Amino acid sequence: MSENTDTDMNRNTNMRQAFADAVSAALDDDPRTALVLAVISGDMFRRAAARHPGRVIDVGIREQAMIGVAGGLALTGMRPIVHSYAPFLVERPFEQVKLDFGHQGTGAVLVGIGGSYDASTAGRTHQAPGDVALLDTLPGWNVHVPGHHDEVRDVLRDAISGDDRVYVRLSATGNRAPRPVSPRLTVLREGSARSAGVVVAVGPMLDRVLAATSDLDVTVAYASTVRPFDREGLSALAGRAGNADVLVVEPYLRGTSAHEVAEALSDRRHRQLGLGVDRGEELRAYGTPADHDREHGLDAEGIAKAARDFFLV
Amino acid sequence: MPTAATFSRYADLPTLIGLMEGDEKHSAAAHTTLDVLWVLYDRVLTVTPETADDPARDRFLLSKGHGPAAFYAVLAAKGFLDVPTLRTWAAFDSPLGHHPDRVLVPGAEIGSGSLGHGLPLALGTALGLRAQDVRRPDGAAPRVVVLVGDGELDEGSNHEAIAAAGRFGTDNLTAVVVDNRSARYGWPGGIASRFALEGWETREADGRDQDALHGALTRPHPRRPLAVVARVRVGT
Repeated sequence: MSENTDTDMNRNTNMRQAFADAVSAALDDDPRTALVLAVISGDMFRRAAARHPGRVIDVGIREQAMIGVAGGLALTGMRPIVHSYAPFLVERPFEQVKLDFGHQGTGAVLVGIGGSYDASTAGRTHQAPGDVALLDTLPGWNVHVPGHHDEVRDVLRDAISGDDRVYVRLSATGNRAPRPVSPRLTVLREGSARSAGVVVAVGPMLDRVLAATSDLDVTVAYASTVRPFDREGLSALAGRAGNADVLVVEPYLRGTSAHEVAEALSDRRHRQLGLGVDRGEELRAYGTPADHDREHGLDAEGIAKAARDFFLV
Repeated sequence: MPTAATFSRYADLPTLIGLMEGDEKHSAAAHTTLDVLWVLYDRVLTVTPETADDPARDRFLLSKGHGPAAFYAVLAAKGFLDVPTLRTWAAFDSPLGHHPDRVLVPGAEIGSGSLGHGLPLALGTALGLRAQDVRRPDGAAPRVVVLVGDGELDEGSNHEAIAAAGRFGTDNLTAVVVDNRSARYGWPGGIASRFALEGWETREADGRDQDALHGALTRPHPRRPLAVVARVRVGT
């Protein structure tokens, strides 16, 4: 699978390498850590595997065993880090994800690559725009969607040091600059007291959201942690804005966080719209990730149009 | 209610099962796992209620979580569970469901019910103990024993774990396959051959013959995981 061959200026991130570096360092520093693979990215961990032969476990192309083995490692008190392409990490072994961690009362760090359609030329089999929505059906999962490779490092350091269930969703698309990693919404532009509302940009969507809304009086907030969702933060931002109207731009299935927005604003009249990967039909097309962004209305132009329509400007 | 110590023998297991399912004789005989479970907890595994959280304990994972009354009865006979708790079986606030939940059942190493999860979990447990070089006080590596059914082997996840464990030479792992010929299409060539081809040591034993089971479960199998196929006919 080729990576980072696209010259689009927004595809200037190498989160996958940042992941490999962070996990290799963690394997050196923390004897509790173990990495479980199913072939994908195995080459990036050759050196780590030589240094820590019992703690880098490649089970072959066996994703159910990959998750089950990680669950068993967690039962012995280790901190498993599990990695593959998102569809083979979350979707194919989903019952293992459901039962082999949360139901057992244990945790793990799952690190997926490819979201949502980095593998645009590979077709639907290698794409998982539903990963976050699927994990949202399970209790207790923390979901991080970093927008820059430096954020990946910080997210993983915190995730690996804990015991809970964490999904880190990596993409070959990113923002020009890293933002602080936080469980809260980070305000990047605050609208006036008469502003049209609030835009929440998730992970790699930030730069294009800023570009798309530059001429609108709206508050723009960045979220790299989407579960748990910062309901309090959104409630406060909507309270300070001129209207309790919220546009959420997510790089996975559109509306994935709609129920979180509804909860956050359940105490007042509000409007909301979610942008993201279209749920209507399977997109049978190849090309570049940018082509797919455009098709789903997730390029700056599409976001700008949707924002003007939604905010009634 | 008598104390648990009163119900600590193999001969008490039908009574304990009866506390859950009623009709002692019928239900006890229906439990094809009964003798395997008893031999494991009575003569093979180094684990007690006092060492149930010891990192160096032996571990038993009931993958075939369906019909767990024999498992609960053995846990009660060995003191992991209070005997009166058995009477609460499947009540709303009971720890004892029709499939075991490790979060609720003292001594249960995994929650199971959906088939095909125990063997991969057991492999990961064995690899985790090995990676940490966990040792029992006598210097031996703790054992990880997982019980699966022959019907359960239909689930493909088992075969992922069987292949991986064989390649890894996970010799602290034992799979006991209770074979009551319940697999829809059978296993032409035998169950043991599936494990043997992947590099496991394999043994077969009468699943009601406790001495044979003990021998099969305790003879050394260096550098290879062990599979014991325990053949059982229901009702005998």
